[in-house]
Amino acid sequence: MAEMTATLRKTALNATHRAHRAKMVDFGGWDMPVEYSGLVAEHMAVRTGVGLFDVSHMGDIQLRGPGSLAAVQRLCMNDASRLAVGQAHYSAMLNEDGTFVDDVVVHKLSDNDFLIVINAGTREKDVAWVRRQVGAMPGIHINDYSDFYTQLAIQGPKAEATLQKLTDVNLSAIRNYWFTWGKVARLYNVLIARTGYTGEDGFEIYIPSDEPTSGRVWSEVLEAGAEFGILPCGLGARNTLRLEAGMALYGHEISETTNVLEAGLGRYAKLEKGADFVGREALVEIEAGGGPKRRLVGLEMMERGIGRDGYPVCAVSGEKIGVVTSGSPAPFLKKNIALAYVPVQYSALDEVVAVEVRGQLVKAKVVATPFYKRAGTKRP
Amino acid sequence: MGYPAEYRYTKEHEWISVEGTAGTVGITDYVQSSLGDIVFVELPRVGDALEAGKIFGSVESVKAVSDLYSPVSGEVTAVNEELKDAPEKVNADANKTWLLKLTLKDAAELEKLLTAEQYEKFVSEETGH
Repeated sequence: MAEMTATLRKTALNATHRAHRAKMVDFGGWDMPVEYSGLVAEHMAVRTGVGLFDVSHMGDIQLRGPGSLAAVQRLCMNDASRLAVGQAHYSAMLNEDGTFVDDVVVHKLSDNDFLIVINAGTREKDVAWVRRQVGAMPGIHINDYSDFYTQLAIQGPKAEATLQKLTDVNLSAIRNYWFTWGKVARLYNVLIARTGYTGEDGFEIYIPSDEPTSGRVWSEVLEAGAEFGILPCGLGARNTLRLEAGMALYGHEISETTNVLEAGLGRYAKLEKGADFVGREALVEIEAGGGPKRRLVGLEMMERGIGRDGYPVCAVSGEKIGVVTSGSPAPFLKKNIALAYVPVQYSALDEVVAVEVRGQLVKAKVVATPFYKRAGTKRP
Repeated sequence: MGYPAEYRYTKEHEWISVEGTAGTVGITDYVQSSLGDIVFVELPRVGDALEAGKIFGSVESVKAVSDLYSPVSGEVTAVNEELKDAPEKVNADANKTWLLKLTLKDAAELEKLLTAEQYEKFVSEETGH
């Protein structure tokens, strides 16, 4: 692997991560921190206090112009016409057959301006897809701004108190999945969004991607959160946090071979939004045909053993029926959990199946997702 | 934490310390660190015969599972029962937290293992650091 390091992409915080002795891994072609002080400690910091993540590897496509809403409506399955300026929502770009090109978060910056946050590993594919699908539509301008932003995620019950020290913007007025612009750490017009990928309250901020600015803001957030025990966090904790929260990860639960309905994300596909989107017809057909044949379910291991990504799921008789898409010990819940695809007849709650863990069948039970849901919030 | 000079090492990151024909086996600080938080150590039973270079168990962290390879051949005389309830002890001190003890079958097998110096060089080549 050593000889590959030179070709990996780096965020503006790469030197900061290395200086703080983070463990680095190749994540989708990016040299990213997987762990700082330890995955479990970082996971717990986010659940009980606050954690800071560098998520600058995420991509950012901006669609501008009078035709931008029509383009977003064509590209993405959710109904962007229902977004107010300053609001964001979860959505996805689909292939014609209803499978995923990528899952995205769409932000409405103004009536003629949308920011689509995409995954790191799919960036080139996504940008090409956007240009191919809507590049010829009238009145739009497509830009890949991925390299211009350092994206920091400040997550946890103490995220607001931490970030509030660095800004005059009244953060408590920003509702979940809304955003605003304001001065943060002496930087003007920072996009501050109440979004995240941890199942916890928190913010994502988008700052200029030059190294000195990125490093300075990173340090200031850590200083601001010190009294709450803030920890810099790696992608390892990000993964266990999103798994506990039952959130899909591209390349695992969702991909070019899984469709929206079997992934359980049909609620975000607005078939009746009054605009045809790529993949809509396939979803209508699947529903008309009685729905998907398999479903993504949550599993809780009933015996000692951890079902991991790619492990077969079996009926208790031993017959192979499906596959684990993500699996791990859940640090907060202290259970071994997994997400897996199984045929519909095995997807009811409390159904007992087995995961083949290194040659051994280990019993697991279908449970409701999200595995973890944070307690009610006080936000307006 | 480093690698004690009196131990011998495998390329699969186990260490063994030997007194006479009694061997004590653990995993290295390098591998505990790369695995991260260890949640489960699967070990053989007392009396089991181990073969040099063959899998005898596994160590599982939140992130990953890794097989354990026996540095030498021999019969298991003890396994560290503490690790059932406290596998994280391996993270805390990999050099001192043993996994099992065994009676060596053939002390000559030790010569095939790496010295601390060789192991450290091997690890630095593997990681490129």
